[in-house]
Amino acid sequence: MAPPRHLLLLLLLGFLAAASLAFTLTAAVYEDQVGLADWHQKYIGKVKQAVYHSQKSGRRRVVVLTEENVIASLDLRSGDIFWRHVIEKNDPVDELSLSLGKYVVTLSSGGSILRAWNLPDGQMIWETNLQVSKSSKPLLHVLSNNKVAKDNLVFVLAGRWIYAVSSIDGVISWGKEFSLDGLDLKQIIKSPENDIVYAVGLAGSSKLNLYQLNAKTGETVKHIQESFPIALCGETILGSHNVLVALDETRSDLFLIELKGESISYNKVHISDLVQDLSGTVKLLPLMSNGVIALQASSTVSLLKLKGIDGLEVIQSFEQPAAVSDALTITEKDEAFAVVQHTGSEIEFVVKFTSDVTGEVIREKINIDQHRGNIQKVFLNNYIRTDKSHGFRALVVMEDHSLLLVQQGEVVWSREDGLASIVDVTTSELPIEKDGVSVANVEHNLFEWLKGHMLKLKGTLMLANADELAAIQAMRLKSSEKNKMTRDHNGFRKLLIVLTKAGKVIALHTGDGRIIWSNLLQSLRSSKSGEMPSALRICQWQVPHHRVMHENPSILIIGRSGADSAAPGVLSVLDSYSGEELNSLKLDHSVVQIIPLTVKDSSEHRLQLIVDSHSRAHLYPRSPDAMNVFLHEMPNTYLYTVDIETNVIRGHSLQKSCDNSADEYCFSTKELWSIVFPSDTERIAISETRKMNEVVHAQAKIIADQDVMYKYLSKNLVFVATVSPKASGEIGSAAPEEAWLVAYLIDAVTGRILHRVTHHGAQGPVHAVVSENWVVYHYFNLRAHRFEMAVIEIYDQSRADNKDVMKLILGKHNLSAPITSYSRPEVMVKSQSYFFTFSVKAIAATQTAKGITSKQLLIGTIGDQVLALDKRFVDPRRSVNPTQQEKEEGIIPLTDALPIIPTTHFTIFLSQSYLTHSLQVEALRGIVSIPSKLESTTLVFTYGVDLFYTQLAPSRTYDSLTDEFSYALLLITIAALVAAIVVTWIWSEKKELRDKWR
Amino acid sequence: MAAPRRPRLLPLPLLLLALSLSLSLAAASAFQSDELLLHDDDEFEGAGARPTPGPPTPAAAAVSSSRRRPGDSSAAAAAESSAVQFALEHDLGAGFVPAGSFSARLKSSAHGSQTLTKLRFTRNELTGDEKDAFKKLLDEDGFYSIRLQSNVLDPARKDYVVSSIKARCIPRESLDEHIVIHMDGVNILAVNYGSVGGCTYPRPVKMPSKWVFNSYTVLKTSEQAPRTPSFVDQLIEAENGLGEVVKPPEKSFWAKYWMYIIPLGLIVMNAVTAAANMPEEQAGGQGQPGAQRAPNAAPRRR
Repeated sequence: MAPPRHLLLLLLLGFLAAASLAFTLTAAVYEDQVGLADWHQKYIGKVKQAVYHSQKSGRRRVVVLTEENVIASLDLRSGDIFWRHVIEKNDPVDELSLSLGKYVVTLSSGGSILRAWNLPDGQMIWETNLQVSKSSKPLLHVLSNNKVAKDNLVFVLAGRWIYAVSSIDGVISWGKEFSLDGLDLKQIIKSPENDIVYAVGLAGSSKLNLYQLNAKTGETVKHIQESFPIALCGETILGSHNVLVALDETRSDLFLIELKGESISYNKVHISDLVQDLSGTVKLLPLMSNGVIALQASSTVSLLKLKGIDGLEVIQSFEQPAAVSDALTITEKDEAFAVVQHTGSEIEFVVKFTSDVTGEVIREKINIDQHRGNIQKVFLNNYIRTDKSHGFRALVVMEDHSLLLVQQGEVVWSREDGLASIVDVTTSELPIEKDGVSVANVEHNLFEWLKGHMLKLKGTLMLANADELAAIQAMRLKSSEKNKMTRDHNGFRKLLIVLTKAGKVIALHTGDGRIIWSNLLQSLRSSKSGEMPSALRICQWQVPHHRVMHENPSILIIGRSGADSAAPGVLSVLDSYSGEELNSLKLDHSVVQIIPLTVKDSSEHRLQLIVDSHSRAHLYPRSPDAMNVFLHEMPNTYLYTVDIETNVIRGHSLQKSCDNSADEYCFSTKELWSIVFPSDTERIAISETRKMNEVVHAQAKIIADQDVMYKYLSKNLVFVATVSPKASGEIGSAAPEEAWLVAYLIDAVTGRILHRVTHHGAQGPVHAVVSENWVVYHYFNLRAHRFEMAVIEIYDQSRADNKDVMKLILGKHNLSAPITSYSRPEVMVKSQSYFFTFSVKAIAATQTAKGITSKQLLIGTIGDQVLALDKRFVDPRRSVNPTQQEKEEGIIPLTDALPIIPTTHFTIFLSQSYLTHSLQVEALRGIVSIPSKLESTTLVFTYGVDLFYTQLAPSRTYDSLTDEFSYALLLITIAALVAAIVVTWIWSEKKELRDKWR
Repeated sequence: MAAPRRPRLLPLPLLLLALSLSLSLAAASAFQSDELLLHDDDEFEGAGARPTPGPPTPAAAAVSSSRRRPGDSSAAAAAESSAVQFALEHDLGAGFVPAGSFSARLKSSAHGSQTLTKLRFTRNELTGDEKDAFKKLLDEDGFYSIRLQSNVLDPARKDYVVSSIKARCIPRESLDEHIVIHMDGVNILAVNYGSVGGCTYPRPVKMPSKWVFNSYTVLKTSEQAPRTPSFVDQLIEAENGLGEVVKPPEKSFWAKYWMYIIPLGLIVMNAVTAAANMPEEQAGGQGQPGAQRAPNAAPRRR
């Protein structure tokens, strides 16, 4: 009797253990799991202004303003971010300054918003709105905290307005608008002796006005006007405390203007007398006082010394590329500045005093990674050395937007801030693991291995204390499995290759986000003539398959050699594993549209079609082999263009060879169809297509009543949304009666409008995602005062006679019947709209390897987080009271709003969660979903100013055990069970024997 | 004949379906309707026009004679409704030339918006040259394109909506074409030109037996999106006790609690056997009550 009882108990125990294991599998992401499969990187963008703190408390910090509209406080020792604010794009920050030693003052929106932030923690102290005539270049001037009144005044100059604002509480002390027409204030100078400020402005282009104002009251003490014989270009700097240097309109002469108390006197100097070789644009660099100015021509940077207003003297010229810093006050009357220039592969960092410009305080050579390009800006800072002498360090901004701190001839730290402005993303597989490299040698020895597993076991059984938990976490993070540079079985390890605005290509490892390689493309670097090339796109060029397996994959980068869309294009091919540039090509045509074709040539190159501004298509790669492949495909190749300016969508076919060109890789296009939206009622807001690489598993959908609906799965489906012209502005600018949104589904081959629906009272901004046979789009409903999310699903009716479910299951249906765009489609459309709480920055759909896993919508919310919302929530077939069968199918009862539950725990059971946990991807711009080899899992990369990467399993990991699965516990359980069986068996044998002897 | 008349009572999608069905049926020749339809509320209307040389319908004549100047139509727009005509042009490889004309009535509604109704289409007959050009298109698998002016009231604006199809898709018995015109007020947004049947790749060359166009035209305007459902009313109703929530049917006791009962039963069974065994062990080798002995008797006998 006894043995079976024991066995039963043990079995029960075993079950319990197994159940607890199973429970750990189903749980959501817990706090201690954050950072295991995901990473988050914070960036700030290209620094355009930096101010150091001079007093003790802030010595370690620098406050920077960047081109991504970020204000950040950085640690000077490590480059870490203390605090950071990403300001909205529609409120551009123009100026940054420090006040009172504890406030950071920023001026934004063309001089109309003045804010003060607390220096230690970045809290906003006050905000003042100023009424100004919008100026392209407003000025902020903070008076040094002495002499003038006790409430340190901040002066704001914008157009014709001048304001004095108290920096303590932001109260406007006084404001003044000068009545002179076309006046643009340029400079403000504080007289050192008394409470007089001088405001200098240009009226028209040749009338210089000098106002003397009382700094306390704003009263105009005196006004002097002086006309110049030649128009000025508006660029002025202060040469010394009373000499203004201005550049004339042709940028060939300098005016030296002396501002005396009573009058203005000036002198003209030809730049050509001072500097030879004046090609390109001449610029005055903002510098310094003590009569030293810097003049930048295209090939040189010259330092000039003022001799009163009589003339200028060239002190030194530096070959471009070079950068000069602002002057930094060292002592009462002495100032220092830095010049940085390139010498070979190194940069030279020179610090000079303005009192003795020929001498040098410091000359250091610093080795810098050559993939950082040329130096662009330098911000000098000083510190007291251990021997009490002056030491200097500087922040250096490079061409690839990275930020470096140089000190004592070394780069102390660097920030790869080009990653804050990603233009496009693609992925590449890692190399295959070579034979002979064993995975086992990762586990150093048996003892370590056992200890690790004991720790893990403790953690699983919740016996571990805080230290041990930390050790487990560190061990997990350190485990090199996910960071290896080889392909893994599940396809989780990949290279994310990103193209930044600066023209730098950077490969990031998906395991931990580290940079594998980076390459600043020569073809996308700004040329000497000052043209700024723009990076456009990155796509796969060669993905080696069976035939050319030994070759590395390569990627194609497409750019323009200028900012204008008619500028000729540039192509560059890079090796995906090393980042080496394999080939670079300057095109003789512009790049308007890039169409990656689905076909490959015999060496596995992806064919690309580039359309120029004359709507001619050019085929790449230019090889006869590719040509042969393409000619075969050409009759069935169509392209379409969306012209937002003229409100027209056009479809084209390709025709052999261009009209007047011998180039055989050039094809002319013939217009096949056009849709003209009447511009008085509709404007194109957005056009969206399916992702080319999307895989759809099921062509048919079996609905509750055993009916089959066939999805309309055309790769040529284009979603276009138009809004009424009045509603194309901001929300609230149009009345509900004047606002409407029309959604179109268009076949891009024939131009056939498959579906067209009008939403009255709706307006943009519109965001949309197209996937499989559905479109989800997001807009604002003016009548309901809420955002809405609408879904359109499109089904093919022409195959509706194939309805037998049994046939479908047995494979006797005819799903492989050819489909043509030219036959008249009979489509059925189902749609529904739901209220949605948030406004949206980006929207995407998850993609998996085979398209079996259910889809989730990835919504970038206004809070810069990514919400994963199950597609079932936006199903048009939701009804108020779903039948039992519909419930079984997974249809959620209809609600008017999509529920957003702002917690991360438990929400996974409701198929909705924040991917980003509590993190924020500041200034979120794009969400990319990349399928992994494991069907259940997709990799999600989100970029904005920050980067975020994670793995997502929309239907949970049904096809694998998680990393968290404790094999040790399983083994121990089995061992315990076996031992128990043996023991009980022995017991039972003994007992039986005893009984027999009885 | 009955097809266009009967569905008028049906909702629009059904009407469309019925229409397309009736069009795709081979009995298209029966649908040679020149009937004057007197319903003003027509959203669209199918019209098959066969410019066979015989019939008295002055198809070609209408194009040349009664074609209105745009000025006239805008001047006449003040009236309740006025006739508008606009041309269909086609391209057989040598540029666009007139190929037919549409006539419609322009209707002004009370609040100033204008719509086109009662569209009628007449095709010009193909000339010999055009037939040759068409044959050439068929041979080289070229595109047959048509275009319409996007603004019918203001032809000075040279905006055209274009649509094309592979020429090989058109020929069946005759040349069958299907034109869908998408309207937005008086603006033609797009025209979709297509064949009547399917047309899958590869397309074999097929010459029509009759060189006449068999045209079907449909006028389409935008659908209205349904309003987002709002359940506020229902919530209020529910509060007032009007919208009674249907309670789920009561489950049986066993269905509800089986998951508790089974483990409990197991434990009880376990306890009972344990309790039963306890006295047995205590008793040791001494005499036991018969009830307990019976099962153990067999091994002992050996």
